[in-house]
Amino acid sequence: MADATATLDLADRTREADEPHSLVVRFGTGNPLRLDAGVDFAPLQIAYQTYGTLNADRSNAILVCHALTGDQHAVNDHPVTGKPGWWETMVGPGRPIDTGRYFIICPNVVGGCMGSSGPASTNPATGMPWGLDFPVVTVRDMVRAQAMLLDHLGIDSLFAVAGGSMGGMQVLQWAASYPQRVFAALPIAAATRHSAQNIAFHEVGRQAVMADPEWRGGRYFAAGTNPRRGLAVARMGAHITYLSDAALHRKFGRRFQNRDNPTFSFDADFQVESYLRHQGITFVERFDANSYLYLTRAMDYFDLAGDHDGAVANAFRGTPTRFCVISFTSDWLFPTAESRAIVHALNAAGARVSFAEITTDKGHDAFLLDEPELFAIVRGFLEGAAKARGLPPAKS
Amino acid sequence: MLMRLKHDLTMAEAARGPGGSRVDLLAVADMVERGARVLDVGCGDGELLRLLETRGVDGRGIELSREGVNECVAKGLAVVQGDADTDLANYPNDAFDYVILSQTLQATRQPRVVLEHMLRIGRHAIVSFPNFGHWNIRMQLLFGGHMPRTDNLPYAWWETPNIHFCSIKDFRDLCLAVGAKMDQAVALNAWGRQMRLKMPWWFWNLFGEQAVFLLSRRNGPRPAI
Repeated sequence: MADATATLDLADRTREADEPHSLVVRFGTGNPLRLDAGVDFAPLQIAYQTYGTLNADRSNAILVCHALTGDQHAVNDHPVTGKPGWWETMVGPGRPIDTGRYFIICPNVVGGCMGSSGPASTNPATGMPWGLDFPVVTVRDMVRAQAMLLDHLGIDSLFAVAGGSMGGMQVLQWAASYPQRVFAALPIAAATRHSAQNIAFHEVGRQAVMADPEWRGGRYFAAGTNPRRGLAVARMGAHITYLSDAALHRKFGRRFQNRDNPTFSFDADFQVESYLRHQGITFVERFDANSYLYLTRAMDYFDLAGDHDGAVANAFRGTPTRFCVISFTSDWLFPTAESRAIVHALNAAGARVSFAEITTDKGHDAFLLDEPELFAIVRGFLEGAAKARGLPPAKS
Repeated sequence: MLMRLKHDLTMAEAARGPGGSRVDLLAVADMVERGARVLDVGCGDGELLRLLETRGVDGRGIELSREGVNECVAKGLAVVQGDADTDLANYPNDAFDYVILSQTLQATRQPRVVLEHMLRIGRHAIVSFPNFGHWNIRMQLLFGGHMPRTDNLPYAWWETPNIHFCSIKDFRDLCLAVGAKMDQAVALNAWGRQMRLKMPWWFWNLFGEQAVFLLSRRNGPRPAI
């Protein structure tokens, strides 16, 4: 199995982090990002992509927030892997998030590794990647940084914020932190807080990374190593949680991979093993191990109730934002009960909220996949919101 | 379940007003003030919410069936998937001007609790339901000896989602029991049309196929209907 990262030198591995193949905005020391950890972080870099055209009164902007291992390349080929954008099913011309009608902004989160400031970015003080010297960031920090990006773009108010999983957490945080700037919010397969089970899964992933001798206490760039085995194992474990028992069975069953009989060894006899190994190996090509630690940590710390006197409803009291909450029947990582908790809190806060649970066996990852019911709901919700906002109909 | 119930309202479906809306829904909508905040419990495919929207009402819905919810949301309506029996408890007091339960009361597990929640959440409650005291139903049981089945209530006893039937008189008693004030009550005949004659309760209870009640929370004198 060829592994491209093995042969990359330091400059190659940090190139996307410092000089990404996307739009970039840099904020100097005079404009720091105030982090929850109590640090004023500067200079700050945010990498982002835009799709579609901003209208004259700047009222058609939709912020798309990516999930844990996503990035700003939502609707274009990925600069590292060459694969299509991660949300091309949802965003594009004539798609539910229609680039012919809306102006879509997709930033890489702070703490990420595709061009926004993160542990793989160069620390200007040392000339080396930050590594574990990078401050711990939270979902609220990500959203604060995105607000700085919008200020830079001259967009006061977003027509909508949309995202799944960690992206859905950002959506909720947006509505809580900047209610006047969010007309419509679409948290998909999300939760108001990360559950104990999910924190537990993340901890296993982090331990896998840190147990790799090549991790070197987080200073693998300096050591010229790369903890790709640890990160691949973390990805394999996490990937199982994104699917479902039914989906795994439908795709792989107990079928063997390129053989008729078991080898009575620990090779990847089963298709499902081979698939997971492939997921792990391709992931390390494009993702930084420390970034994985930081972003899983940010999700773990997410707790809207904890930030608002123990009641999620307090986060949304009197909100003018309209919400559409969506969950999937087979999602056991962010199960429907979590979405229902969001809905109850929004009801208690008197918010205008829609909630739909979509029947699918595809698990948590369903928000990234071809789900016609999801598309119909997102399209309908955005059209209703666009009408209320007075946006002109889509160009046919 | 709740949506199926509505789709089976064949008689009332046939009876549509000038704007194409179901007459029983028009009777409900006519009780709602313009610009009010409304929660439609068991909103089905959203027909009443759409009708209310054309009248400047800020409408929200709860619907049990996933198909109904998804259809509503795709139409741009604010509807959540939920159950009248369990989810009303999560709404705060006085959240709405009107809480509507249209053709759904008889399918709830605890009609009294549901009604009490409606009166807590809304300043007014509007309840429409099929009248089990209608002469046709009485005749079927009296002479046929079978559980009644009508165009509005087509299910056999072993498959019906309707587990708590009541007559107009029964419902009036429930309103008294929970301290609801009856601001308005209308009966609809077999064609879904409002019976506008001023008649005593027993007449309505015998000839009204459906009833629509407008209630409010305050204890007060019984209205002279």
